[in-house]
Amino acid sequence: MDFATFLIQLLNGVQYGLLLFLIASGLTLIFGIMGVINLAHGSFYMIGAYLAFSLTGLIGNFWLALPAGVALAVLLGIALEWLLIRHLYRRDHLYQVLLTYGLILVFGELRSILFGDDVHSVAVPALLNFSIRLTDTLSYPVYRLAMSGVCLLLAAGMYWLIARTRLGMTIRAGSVNREMVQALGINVGLLYRLVFALGVALAAFAGMLAAPVASVYPGMGNQVLIISFVVIVIGGIGSVRGALAASLLIGLADVFGQVVFPQIAGMTVYLVMAAVLVWRPRGLFGSA
Amino acid sequence: MEAPRGLRVLLAVILIGLVLFPLVGERFYIQYATKIMILAIFAMSLDLLVGYTGLVSLGHALCYGIAGYALALVGGHAAVSLWWSLPAAMLVSALAALVVGVLVLRTAGIYFIMVTLAFAQMLYYYVRDSEYFGGSDGIYLDVRPTLSLFGWAPVDLGNQLHRYYLTLALAVATYVVLRSVLRSPFGRVLIGIRDNEPRMRSLGFPTFRYKLACFVLAGALAGLAGYMTAVQDGIMNPEQLGWHRSGEALMMVILGGMGTLAGPALGAGALMVLELVFSIWTKYWQLLLGGFIVAVVLFLPGGLGGVFARRRGGADRG
Repeated sequence: MDFATFLIQLLNGVQYGLLLFLIASGLTLIFGIMGVINLAHGSFYMIGAYLAFSLTGLIGNFWLALPAGVALAVLLGIALEWLLIRHLYRRDHLYQVLLTYGLILVFGELRSILFGDDVHSVAVPALLNFSIRLTDTLSYPVYRLAMSGVCLLLAAGMYWLIARTRLGMTIRAGSVNREMVQALGINVGLLYRLVFALGVALAAFAGMLAAPVASVYPGMGNQVLIISFVVIVIGGIGSVRGALAASLLIGLADVFGQVVFPQIAGMTVYLVMAAVLVWRPRGLFGSA
Repeated sequence: MEAPRGLRVLLAVILIGLVLFPLVGERFYIQYATKIMILAIFAMSLDLLVGYTGLVSLGHALCYGIAGYALALVGGHAAVSLWWSLPAAMLVSALAALVVGVLVLRTAGIYFIMVTLAFAQMLYYYVRDSEYFGGSDGIYLDVRPTLSLFGWAPVDLGNQLHRYYLTLALAVATYVVLRSVLRSPFGRVLIGIRDNEPRMRSLGFPTFRYKLACFVLAGALAGLAGYMTAVQDGIMNPEQLGWHRSGEALMMVILGGMGTLAGPALGAGALMVLELVFSIWTKYWQLLLGGFIVAVVLFLPGGLGGVFARRRGGADRG
């Protein structure tokens, strides 16, 4: 592997990892803070991609479609939490698993009714539709670089939100002791609703960002779901920092696995997970 | 702990219905019912882990698929006797469960879910990418195992009706075996581990060994289901090892009601029958099935089987 190829694989791995982070961070927050195992998280990613597809077609501008899509995703998150999820906080986790599994079927079929089962594509926005030349034959698309940049900005933003703001403080407190936070006069129900909406919005945003580089297709949600769970388990559940480290690890392991060990490419990420969990049974940044 | 009386009555009615069903059912429905009963065996074996021992496995298809592949590899082209190939296939599954169990039982909670998933997925990708196992196409069984008693062969596994009744008998046997296991002191310890593992440990029970034994037993019974799948379908492909298979079984267990043996069997039946009914009814059957699942979670705490328990108060463990 020469240096240019290596660089491209490295960039691809980082970009894939950062995209995974957007999905996994919401998942880890929802699980860590609300204690909800959300299997429908992959569907939110898919919904984001289809929102990008339909809104770009409707509005005619990818940049305007993004905020509109995020707003719709937040509304969806609030509605779902209010209608369904909030009834399950005191129930066994497995009922959340079952309910969100039902949601996968519902969202999948709604998508099929609204958009059919064809593969769609979203054009890369004209502003970023060019490549940087690395060598005479190899170049790297700027849109992918921009994606990584946006993901990094969001990661920084989330760190600031959770570690530096009053809201973040209540979120962290709420994950430790729900009753105590409630007794201190904080509206935990509202807090959970916000966290859930944030998670939905992050996953949908990831789907919108990914739409121009990956095509928009029916199975895309299920494809990222399991891998996102792998990420949050490696990182340690509830840890956003852990999710970032694990996303990058998995992104790189997946991309380089395909280049270095093509015969066992599919197994790479699971091997990494098994190894990490044997070494640290609660993940990289997990607390006991 | 025990299946509530109403549920057992329902089960008896269903059993009689299943015995009589081939008199009226068309071939397609007999085939479909056979598949449901195989999945019911699989779901019951998973419930031993999930509902009774508190070990939520998302990799149960590993043991299920291994037994099916074992039969396909050994008896796919030359007929073998069921008398030794079925125990052998279940033994392979049990050994796989032993190896995986030693490694995964050190974790708990969602970590356990994910590590069991990881091992199953590793095997899935290994089998899918290996020519020896037929790759993503899988392996066809040209012949079915033979079942003869001192030269007398009343059962022909090439015959759908015979397969139907064999599966029914095995499903009932699985139920009976699991019920007696759960009523034994061993089963009581498993339930104790589910409810409070530290207490069981401080009472002097080597909980790890109990959990491992439970994992191996559940694996062997999953192997039974996998073996019968290979016999029924005449083909074994990697999808039988994938996480969808494990996930679907888990949904059957939760939907039917964890911690009752009848519940998961009921869940398997409900999920498969509704899928069939809805898909005959409308192209958009997943919408109805998804809606049904959501409604069960919201309005029937304890799952479908929990309906019968509620009158006696508190089916919900959550």
